[in-house]
Amino acid sequence: MEWGSVFIDGILATIGPVTAAYAISAIGLNLQFGYAGLLNFGHVAFMLVGAYGMAITVDLGGPLWLGVIVGILTAAFLGFLLGLPTLRLRADYLAITTIAAAEAIRLVVRSSWAQPLTNGVFGIQGFADSFFELNPFPPAELYGLGSLVVTGRKLWVMIVGWTVAVLATLLIRRLINSPWGRVLKAIREDEDATTSLGKNVFAYKLQALMIGGAIGGIAGMLLAIEQQNVTPDAYLPQVTFILYVIVILGGAGTILGPIVGAVVFQFLFFTIDALMVNTQANIGWVGDLLTPAAAGQVKLVLVGVGMMVLMVFRPQGILGSREEALIDER
Amino acid sequence: MNADHPMHGVAPEPGVRKPDPVLIANDLQRSFGGLQAVDVKHLEIQRHTVTSLIGPNGAGKTTLFNLLTGFDSPDFGEWHLNGGPLVGIAAFQVARRGMVRTFQLTRSLARLTVMDNMLVAAKDNKGEGLWGAITGGWHTTEQANEERATELLERFGMIDMAGEYAGSLSGGQRKLLEMARALMMNPEVVMLDEPMAGVNPALTQSLLAHITGLRDGGKTVIFVEHDMDVVQEISDWVVVMAEGRVIAEGRPEEIAKNRTVIDAYLGEHHGEAAS
Repeated sequence: MEWGSVFIDGILATIGPVTAAYAISAIGLNLQFGYAGLLNFGHVAFMLVGAYGMAITVDLGGPLWLGVIVGILTAAFLGFLLGLPTLRLRADYLAITTIAAAEAIRLVVRSSWAQPLTNGVFGIQGFADSFFELNPFPPAELYGLGSLVVTGRKLWVMIVGWTVAVLATLLIRRLINSPWGRVLKAIREDEDATTSLGKNVFAYKLQALMIGGAIGGIAGMLLAIEQQNVTPDAYLPQVTFILYVIVILGGAGTILGPIVGAVVFQFLFFTIDALMVNTQANIGWVGDLLTPAAAGQVKLVLVGVGMMVLMVFRPQGILGSREEALIDER
Repeated sequence: MNADHPMHGVAPEPGVRKPDPVLIANDLQRSFGGLQAVDVKHLEIQRHTVTSLIGPNGAGKTTLFNLLTGFDSPDFGEWHLNGGPLVGIAAFQVARRGMVRTFQLTRSLARLTVMDNMLVAAKDNKGEGLWGAITGGWHTTEQANEERATELLERFGMIDMAGEYAGSLSGGQRKLLEMARALMMNPEVVMLDEPMAGVNPALTQSLLAHITGLRDGGKTVIFVEHDMDVVQEISDWVVVMAEGRVIAEGRPEEIAKNRTVIDAYLGEHHGEAAS
């Protein structure tokens, strides 16, 4: 069994553009959930809307930069639409509305009714060509250190993805360390108290939902560009919950939590994956016990157990403050 | 009677006119299902006084607070702050106009530090807008606010805790913090909903001193209280509610003798059983 290749696979997946996209999306969710206390259970919808906003714009003949702007604006607008009726109500209304809206949007996008615009289940391709035309690296050439090697094409997406992740983190840091961010945290703690201090709680929550949604939209675009393909079934509800795992793992309500959470989650996920595939194929009794498909399921069980262990021993996540987590809501 | 008393010459009757009212409510009604929680015909609150609002449980005191501060909407009626109508004004706007409330169950912002609890209450910080937060330029305001917050925390004896999470404070300290935080907004009217509830007796005296201190500093204080000794000690005026209505008003010593009030608290037939 090749231990080296297990880790190489894990590390390559961890530094790859998909991790960057998850990190960016988690940054948006962290603003909503970690700082404003909004239970957005449909974050995947913002990614979908962002990706489709871009893909459809380009598909209709628009340039990619316009597509990116349209994607960001549509994702923010979705936040506006979902927030307007629900953010004056108790927190659970937003949770129910977002989870339902996310599935409704995905089903509409994949329906034959929407096919003229979205191409239904087949999705849209070819929108990312102008992105790869900007690639300064020869796409087929290999870059890397030792056994860690990626193609020039992948390197380009990685660089753009992680740059966006860093920029999003800097934006969030600026916002959170400002009085605006303090009001947001106050709302997370107690809406009525914050209202009694003269703050327009509804407006702040709406802003957080829209900004977080727009960041989620950017993540969706990056994912679509990396795959050069956007299909509705890449935006299943479990994506939202993986993002929650990432945010909580890294430490909800911390600036770097989403990036750390995404890196650690992806590393564990793909290392365990490679490990399961490897042991299943190479160690006889494991191969007898598990089919390749079952090995994939065991991987998810292990990830779940890992999350439970984390919640028991470190409920505040990797970067969260223990002191803060121990404060009870008296 | 003391002629210096701010309520000198005001008749002790429900709905009586005051010489200089800061807050006036007319025909304020709120019902929950079949229950008439608040039905106040006319109520005036005199400027620069401590007015206590008392009454048995379920008398509608907190509901009246909620209505006046915009946290709940009345079915009917209108009320003014300094002549400005407050009907249909959102709670956060009412607070900005100078009428700030606290809550019966203390609402400290647990995972913010004591200092941040204070700073979040400051008004007109341009860094609280999204644009201001991104472009910056709010640090001067922030510094001025920090100085004011430090002064207030010193006055309330909490400056040593400025860096601690509000969630780690004791119940009494949270009450103090909530009061200090309300003052950060520099309000004209401070409405305290049971500020003494759950506070140990040693701290009660200091809280009372702070409340009279507010009045002497030019604020109008309205507070809900159950303890008659406390009410007698610091109120300039007492408003008694029962079953949603104002049943009596007057100076504390007048209220203590008021037959209607004694009936409302103890039941109407309490004197007759013995006779």
